[in-house]
Amino acid sequence: MNEQPKYTDFHPRWFRRRMSTYWWLKRWSYVMFILRELSSVFIAWSIVFLLLLTRAVSQGQEGYEQFLAWSKNPVVVGLNVISLLFVGFHAVTWFNLAPKAMVVRLRGRRVPALWIAGSNYAAWALVSALVAWLILGG
Amino acid sequence: MTRRSLEPLLWLLFSAGGVLSALFLPVLLLLFGLALPLGWLPPPSHARLIAVLGNPLTGLVLFLLCLLSLFHFAHRFRYTLYDGLQIKHLNELINLFCYGAAIVGSVVAVYLLWNVP
Repeated sequence: MNEQPKYTDFHPRWFRRRMSTYWWLKRWSYVMFILRELSSVFIAWSIVFLLLLTRAVSQGQEGYEQFLAWSKNPVVVGLNVISLLFVGFHAVTWFNLAPKAMVVRLRGRRVPALWIAGSNYAAWALVSALVAWLILGG
Repeated sequence: MTRRSLEPLLWLLFSAGGVLSALFLPVLLLLFGLALPLGWLPPPSHARLIAVLGNPLTGLVLFLLCLLSLFHFAHRFRYTLYDGLQIKHLNELINLFCYGAAIVGSVVAVYLLWNVP
């Protein structure tokens, strides 16, 4: 830098080191962070998939059978396997984080983290069982 | 000014969507995405699904699941684009795309859930 610096009346540009676009590949924990963020894309896909199912069921028996056939397509199954992995990853990390986000006090004492995470997992199991029972029948 | 006051609401929608999607989506994906297509379980009859979907309570829960999960997606994906790709200068465009998609998706969800016979 042998050039004379230019001074202007305006706010100077800050010096910021340029971060690589792939900064998150440097550490395992950063990769996990980005993967957790990307789970949102698969949540969106799951909603689209469920809405397609809703539409198919509303169209009658034929529409429902067409949907069942379509969902056997290897591409769709593959996408759903990946989505299930990501959605499961989201669920586990979300419930593990719950004790940090929810500070519950009982008689002035903080409820242990394990109880809060445990109750979240219990709710997850309960909801899953209820949904499976509703869909598949008793 | 308006954007600043909207931010807490967006975070609220994000976390509500995080809870609902974590509770409901794994089992639904496991059933309809894997167990039924691969023949692990016999598919439920059409009549049963109509009965389940036609229940107003199911409709309400599914509507909330769709709305909140889509806003959860919008909020998280917005920050993925900010941090992962560092394209914060496209702020307005990203917001329009993410929250716009969530709003459109929610309207579609209302339409589809309302039209269940």
